[in-house]
Amino acid sequence: MKWLANFRAKPLIAVPLMAVTWALPLTAEAQLFDADYFTLPNGLEIVVIENHRAPIVSHMIWYKVGAADEPIGKSGIAHYFEHLMFMGTEKYAAGEFSDIVARNGGRENAFTSQDYTGYFQNIAADRLELVMELEADRMRGLTLTPEVIEPERLVIIEERRQRIESTPSGLLGEQMSAAAYTNHPYRLPIIGWAHEILNLGLDDLQTFYDKWYAPNNAVLIVAGDVDAQEVHRLATQYYGPVRSRDIPERERPIEPPHHAGSEIVMRDARVTQPSWNRRYLAPSYTSGASEHAYALQVLAQILGGGSTSRLYRNLVVQQGLMTNAGARYSAGPMDLSGFSTFFQPAGDLSIEDVLPAFRAEIDLLLEKGVALSEVTRAKQRMIDSAIYSQDSLQAAARIFGTTLASGRTVQDVQNWPEMINAVTPRQVNEAARAIFVENNATTGILLPSVAEEN
Amino acid sequence: MDPTKTARRPRILGKACGLFAAILVSLAATTPASAVDVQRVISPGGIEAWLVEDHSLPIIALSLAFSGGASVDPVGKAGLGEFVSSVIDEGAGDINSLRFQQILQDRSITMHFDAFLDTFTGRVKTLTRNKDETFDLLRLALTEPRFDQEPVERIRGQILVGLSRRANTPNDMVSAAFWQHAYPDHPYGRPRRGTAESISAITQSDLRSYAETWFAQDKLFLGVVGDISADELGPLIDRTFGDLPAKSPPIDISVEEPATNGEVIIVEHPVPQSVAIFAQQGMEREHPDFYTAYLLNHILGGGSFTSRLYNEVREERGLAYSVSTSLTPLQHSALWIGRVGTANTDVAESVELIRKEWADLRANGVTEEELESTRTNVTGAYALSLDSTTNIARTLVGLQVADLPIDYIDQRNAYFAAVTLEDMQRVAAELLDPDSLTIVIVGQPEGIEATR
Repeated sequence: MKWLANFRAKPLIAVPLMAVTWALPLTAEAQLFDADYFTLPNGLEIVVIENHRAPIVSHMIWYKVGAADEPIGKSGIAHYFEHLMFMGTEKYAAGEFSDIVARNGGRENAFTSQDYTGYFQNIAADRLELVMELEADRMRGLTLTPEVIEPERLVIIEERRQRIESTPSGLLGEQMSAAAYTNHPYRLPIIGWAHEILNLGLDDLQTFYDKWYAPNNAVLIVAGDVDAQEVHRLATQYYGPVRSRDIPERERPIEPPHHAGSEIVMRDARVTQPSWNRRYLAPSYTSGASEHAYALQVLAQILGGGSTSRLYRNLVVQQGLMTNAGARYSAGPMDLSGFSTFFQPAGDLSIEDVLPAFRAEIDLLLEKGVALSEVTRAKQRMIDSAIYSQDSLQAAARIFGTTLASGRTVQDVQNWPEMINAVTPRQVNEAARAIFVENNATTGILLPSVAEEN
Repeated sequence: MDPTKTARRPRILGKACGLFAAILVSLAATTPASAVDVQRVISPGGIEAWLVEDHSLPIIALSLAFSGGASVDPVGKAGLGEFVSSVIDEGAGDINSLRFQQILQDRSITMHFDAFLDTFTGRVKTLTRNKDETFDLLRLALTEPRFDQEPVERIRGQILVGLSRRANTPNDMVSAAFWQHAYPDHPYGRPRRGTAESISAITQSDLRSYAETWFAQDKLFLGVVGDISADELGPLIDRTFGDLPAKSPPIDISVEEPATNGEVIIVEHPVPQSVAIFAQQGMEREHPDFYTAYLLNHILGGGSFTSRLYNEVREERGLAYSVSTSLTPLQHSALWIGRVGTANTDVAESVELIRKEWADLRANGVTEEELESTRTNVTGAYALSLDSTTNIARTLVGLQVADLPIDYIDQRNAYFAAVTLEDMQRVAAELLDPDSLTIVIVGQPEGIEATR
């Protein structure tokens, strides 16, 4: 029924951290989404989310290491390494992991972000023990050889071409991140610069593995038709024997104050419609003025979340100046996050034609603030989204995974609806005034090439 | 015995520890999908829906399809179905666009429509507390869409921007070129989302006419999942869909084989990586050998990390990040279609490998072990796709569109269990046709010539 259905084939995903408004956590009624939390003696943190609707389970392990933890000049290691985790251990040959999961009716994948690296298998609940054995084995048992790393390097170069280099927006996004941070490693692409990927050696990869991959630097999430006690027993049996290691602090270069904003203009013959995107440095739950983290989520909803947001309603529907306009924010990153606003002019209008109207919306927000009714509506929608997020095993598991792998807690997840519910219009206004600072802004403009424009 | 087969994947055999042996033995005994209990609900007014009750969360998901989709777009109005799908939630009855959207947002209701090749589909998700209002809005959208000028022009602008972006995006470019080539004189060959010209030509009355013609009870398929009982659902279905016309015109589209005849078509585009579609005639869903062909596809390119193409093109040689195939039965045709993204300098080698794997599977078939591991994969993994109310509702509709029985979810494993090794070799030899494989490439490929 679906047109060109089933071209999944996105085997290994790099999550572009900043582009994702991470789906909203958890529940209005916490008892609906109880999670068990415990820690093994070797330091492995474990979260179990029981859900007995279907006899399936999602088994995920998250390592507290991401692209932002890479050594200088070695961009792309975290993601390269994610690929290599499928390349065999002393016990299982390259590819055997995937073959066994497939033969048992499982689906698996992995992903890398700036802050974490994750691996998961979705499988029949009675196969949990099987995937646990496999995952525990590759936590420390990986055997890296030139024979496996070289073809995979080429795969990653192709992945980079596919994700980044084949579209102007991919290339501009990379340039924008590089400009948004002066010193912090979030400025580097998760997948890495091509020339650095080409120069990563076996030693670099082995060192990375030995430095970060250990039970005391990982979080195990098991969601589905399981019993927490049984998960504890199995985890003790399979992960328990893996020895803890000395894990270094995740010390990242700190972003200094910005004294000027920047603007990046890219012209490309493949672009037919101009687009404009401005990103302000913004606090996260754990960085900067984190007291604004919840209010900023509400602000993003009111200003730019969907078809009834201020930007869309006023600029797209009522004034007809743009084909699209919105805002985006995630509080999830460990370090400074970004609050993005974006639009695309309608028809033959140029960016200069419509920018004043866009600015006027931001000015109005800063001057008059938001109304109580807007805040109430946005909060209701966000809290309802927590109910919807319980409808899929993966969604639930990912919320806990991102939170714990970024150094936050189960309680943070469970308190989310309450924290959102407590946000006041005054807090939203304060948060807005705190982030819309021109010196903290990076603007990206995508234009047709000069010939096309004329 | 084909020596390349053991050479291909020497690593899987004989190394699994006792645990896996035990688990493989027990696999056949598990029927994970049987947890889904599908009820046939016939409303008092005679409209059928398939229902899975699940009261564990206060959520109701509804999925619907009308036969037709993009295939019934009039000539010169390509993209009409897609246009309708983008604008019927922009005002209906007495409710204008802004208010309609505001109610959806304030009640946390998701309502989304699409026009695929053969079906116009909708999916709705709501919280139990807003059930009545949700079904009322759905009724209004389907029976009294307003198609006011403001939303129509706004959506037209968005579609045009989308089209011009797609016209420069390699993956979309290659799809467009392929379908046009494969179905030159058939609705499938027309751009599903339309062209700048056809979208500009569509009027408010075209939109209205599409909805009035094709949204009818005799074309409707319904799946509902979640916090609602069969008794509640019946009357609600009548209230929602009872006002639709009972009958609609027949869909007059010929059955057509794709024009896949071994051509190589190249669309020049300045990108470092070429993307290619390769395709041949597929197999219709009703064919008795469909399950055999499904398993063959899984072995060839459908199994994401384990297929022959994945191993040969990606794992062994690092030529691509993604390579895959899919068996795609359509209402009026059938395709076996694959896709690969590979560096311009490696296109020739990748295409050569794909043709070689195609020919090898035809000539030598599969091993018993490949058949068994693929069978356990496709039967075991089915339950994973039934993990959310939305996915189950969409599956219920897909089954009805394909005219499958209501106990299909329980029976599916048995269909695959019946496939024999002889079936696999026979269908591989009959269906796979490497010489007919048509290749469409977007990029700046080296070492390969276009045939036209």
